Amino acid sequence: MMNKERALTIKFIGAFLIMTAMFLVAITFGAADTSLRDVFRAIFTGDRSSTSLVLIEIRFPREVAAIVVGAGLAVSGAIMQGMTRNPLADPGLLGLTAGANAALAVAFAFIPGINYMGIIAASFVGAAVGAGLVFGIASLRRGGFSPIRVVLAGAAVSAFLFAIAEGIALTFRLSQNVAQWTAGGLIGTTWSQLNLLIPITAGGILAAILFSKQLTILSLSEEVAVGLGSRIGQVKAVFFVLTVILAGSAVALAGNLAFAGLLVPHIVRSIVGTDYRYILPMCVLVGGTFMLFADTAGRLLNAPFETPVAAIVSVLGLPFFLYVVRKGVNMSA
Amino acid sequence: MVRLYTEDISIGYGDQPIVKNLSIKIPDQKITTIIGANGCGKSTLLKAITRIISHQSGSVVLDGQPISKESTKALAKKMAILPQTPESAAGLTAGELVSYGRFPHQKGLGRLTKRDIEVIDWALEVTDTIDYKHRPVDALSGGQRQRVWIAMALAQETDIIFLDEPTTYLDMAHQLEVLELLQKLNKEQGRTIVMVLHDLNQAARFADYLIALKDGEIVKAGSGEEIIQPDILRTVFNIDATIGRDPLTNKPMCLSYNLVKGA
Repeated sequence: MMNKERALTIKFIGAFLIMTAMFLVAITFGAADTSLRDVFRAIFTGDRSSTSLVLIEIRFPREVAAIVVGAGLAVSGAIMQGMTRNPLADPGLLGLTAGANAALAVAFAFIPGINYMGIIAASFVGAAVGAGLVFGIASLRRGGFSPIRVVLAGAAVSAFLFAIAEGIALTFRLSQNVAQWTAGGLIGTTWSQLNLLIPITAGGILAAILFSKQLTILSLSEEVAVGLGSRIGQVKAVFFVLTVILAGSAVALAGNLAFAGLLVPHIVRSIVGTDYRYILPMCVLVGGTFMLFADTAGRLLNAPFETPVAAIVSVLGLPFFLYVVRKGVNMSA
Repeated sequence: MVRLYTEDISIGYGDQPIVKNLSIKIPDQKITTIIGANGCGKSTLLKAITRIISHQSGSVVLDGQPISKESTKALAKKMAILPQTPESAAGLTAGELVSYGRFPHQKGLGRLTKRDIEVIDWALEVTDTIDYKHRPVDALSGGQRQRVWIAMALAQETDIIFLDEPTTYLDMAHQLEVLELLQKLNKEQGRTIVMVLHDLNQAARFADYLIALKDGEIVKAGSGEEIIQPDILRTVFNIDATIGRDPLTNKPMCLSYNLVKGA
């Protein structure tokens, strides 16, 4: 036991250092030429040169947002996978992001000049509706929902919700606004957005970690969980709300990013095993690192033009999705 | 005294009743086995008694109190359940899985106390699985895995343990291993064991009390001597059985059987 605990501690410290390094890389490299020294000057001195301002007002918030989005998607993906015992669960695949997206379009169309708080609220409602539709449809047939059936329902519902979003965008001439979210990107993230979404995401993740033991026994089997005295109805409701909050926040920041929530928890399981007490915190670090990497790659691949981060995430995530489908990756891998 | 009994419970999915107005008593500190043909409602009954599924009418009473009135956590300290072959231990090691048996006893974030760790080690010892403590459960053989799951139920430290077909998918030696372990727990620690078994002869050999079900109703409940009888087996399983004695244990034994003709 001691050995395992020490190994885990080292893994967590390692993952944290890697994320920190990735963060420094992400804010150092970009369209405007900056060096690590500029970064330190911007952080630790009151310097207000234009370089420091670029860093503080543009690149910092963007990369902090990458961490928030990556962590939020990864944790919500892990929760969904554990709760449904479905290795393919992901907020992007199960209708949450599409729902949030459609709700954003509706909000833009009918509430002109909606503030950011409203956008977040719309994302939450949309994510909940999207997930509700997917699980509703998937459970229509008796005999529970198989992983693939849920994903199929997710694809159908997502297509439907995206169509709604597009339709509204075209009808109300909002293509610009909606497209910004649909494309999925961290460009233009501001501190005022983060001031709202960091506490929400952090709170959601903390709550999830607090309940992580419940998630582990639920991931064993519902009958085992009941036998151990878990109130599974309430536990599932809490986790449903948490995934909606985390995925909704991610959409409000970065739009649609499928696959991130699928990929990261599987990587994390191969590092820390399958106890959600370790999976969830590790998802924060690996998810953050992953999104920092994706965003930095998006900025550098074809600089000075941006490659959409959603494209990068999908390029990385899709092969992995196919791998999971093919190998039927056991949740215990 | 009987701590656990059901009173006229009916259980069903939708409007299809599976168990109808069933009243059974579970004798304390004995091994009780529920037998019956496929679809007779034995697993359903076990699940209803252990609150995994809810019953439509009647009540399940434990220590003078209907279980529907008690918190699920309080119940988890009184009865443990091993459902039918949990598919996977999700990559947990045996030690980790068994540690989750302490769940109902823990508060808040639930760090393991010294006492928790003692109980976990004891449960691993008594089921002879301590060697696998640091091995992933999914990598163990069927018999080893089943014993680890039993260890988790033991770590719950409950007086009553329910098991749904604990020997399914095990070979003969492993089946015996599991049943002898349960017998030992019953004899040495006075735990009440309630299980569903498919094998009649195992039921007769290990159970003190058998409950024979057909179509959700009791055909007869009693000792092996009373239940392993041609007329009862004909009703319950639709077989014509030849009954003898087990030369090793002198318990009644179904030697051979035919399907009832023209039934």
